[in-house]
Amino acid sequence: MNVDTTKIIHFDTIREKVKSLCMEANYFLGEDIKIYIEKAIEKESSPLGKEVLKDLQRNWELAAKEQIPICQDTGTAVIFLEIGQEVKIVGGYLYDAINEGVRKGYREGYLRKSMVKHPWLRVNTDDNTPAIIHTEIVPGNKLKITVAPKGGGSENMSALKMLTPAAGLEGVKRFVLESVKKAGPNACPPLVVGVGVGGNFEKAALLAKKALLRKLGHFNQDPAIAQVELELLKDINKTGIGPQGFGGNTTALAVNIEVFPCHIASLPVAVNINCHASRHKTIIL
Amino acid sequence: MNIYELSTPLTDEKIEHLRAGDKTILSGVIYTARDAAHQKIINLLNEGKNLPFNLQDQVIYYVGPSPAKPGRTIGSAGPTTSSRMDPYTPALLAEGLKGMIGKGARSEEVCQAIQKYKAVYFAAIGGAAALMSKCITKVEVIAYPELGPEAIYKLEVTNLPLIVINDIKGNDLYQQGRLPYQKI
Ligand code: SF4
Repeated sequence: MNVDTTKIIHFDTIREKVKSLCMEANYFLGEDIKIYIEKAIEKESSPLGKEVLKDLQRNWELAAKEQIPICQDTGTAVIFLEIGQEVKIVGGYLYDAINEGVRKGYREGYLRKSMVKHPWLRVNTDDNTPAIIHTEIVPGNKLKITVAPKGGGSENMSALKMLTPAAGLEGVKRFVLESVKKAGPNACPPLVVGVGVGGNFEKAALLAKKALLRKLGHFNQDPAIAQVELELLKDINKTGIGPQGFGGNTTALAVNIEVFPCHIASLPVAVNINCHASRHKTIIL
Repeated sequence: MNIYELSTPLTDEKIEHLRAGDKTILSGVIYTARDAAHQKIINLLNEGKNLPFNLQDQVIYYVGPSPAKPGRTIGSAGPTTSSRMDPYTPALLAEGLKGMIGKGARSEEVCQAIQKYKAVYFAAIGGAAALMSKCITKVEVIAYPELGPEAIYKLEVTNLPLIVINDIKGNDLYQQGRLPYQKI
């Protein structure tokens, strides 16, 4: 006998959850990032760098206490959806629910509206929509929603390069390091660096963005890749860029790498740079 | 590293001794302007028209604050990336602008103009936006309200903590600050 495991989720539930996630992500810094910055305060050898890190700590404490944004750039609303194939959404179109949730979250949460309608005509949409939505269909009957507001300053320093196979792992590492050096002080170091290797042009970029969702301290499950994450972090922290680019040894808090099979002719690498305000909140319905 | 207290408007005498890496605590009136507002200011200059505020000895803060919650003066208000304003900046410095607050490195042209016109570029701490909102005691939109976060605001600040990046001698903290820690 077949048991029907279909789960019904209402439009209104999704809208309300997205609204709360937008606010929470912007007011409350992730515990993993806090721990990493606290550790960095101990280890930072530049006095000015140490002061900067302490200011970031005072900042997240104040933001949480007063429920105001950690950073004024409350970002593009990037949404990751994992939809179980046995989920049925009723009451309206899923993407409308997401966008309405973003609209409400950004308005009612006093978050900054940073989206313009058109890339060169540049009139603000006034409600931070449209969200940028990535959808994956997965087995099961759950809906996982992650809201990951992404700042423009660090996004602008991100980069993608189509390497060829001869470049190998060394080429990948060189490109990541180059990208971080180029970002320098612009992306508000200390950084979280998301790296996507393989797939194709668009897959690499998406992998890099997804890598930013991984908790700091949770390394890639492949020990060889985890090793590369550690090596790259060490190298990045040898650049001397330091907190805010004022000099020091805390340039990045973590490097998260995701890989995917790719074409015999290609070796795509994407580096998605994030700042310490690496915001993401998830809910499973 | 020295620590100085400064108040606006800034004059040559007030900024001459500032050096890259110095800390300054700034108080007084400053103005906000981002990309869109800079474009509008340049258009006015080109047309020979009056600007929304007189640039002489003033300070511009590159910021697009988040909206104020009820009962608060302003929302979170940290710096945005300054290099986007580089194409417009030398013209503003020529008009008497004395100080800029933002984050990230400036172009060669801007660094030269800073020396030529005797000005200073400060960094505020990017990402410490909630903290900085506490230093802003008064806010008034003086031009382009339709630009929302990109409007020109007149701000009154008290003890805003800043770091000198580019000084009149051509020093650059972003170039020099990393040297003692660089191992690669
Ligand atoms: S890079 Fe991050 S911390 Fe810096 S202004 Fe943008 S969102 Fe804020």
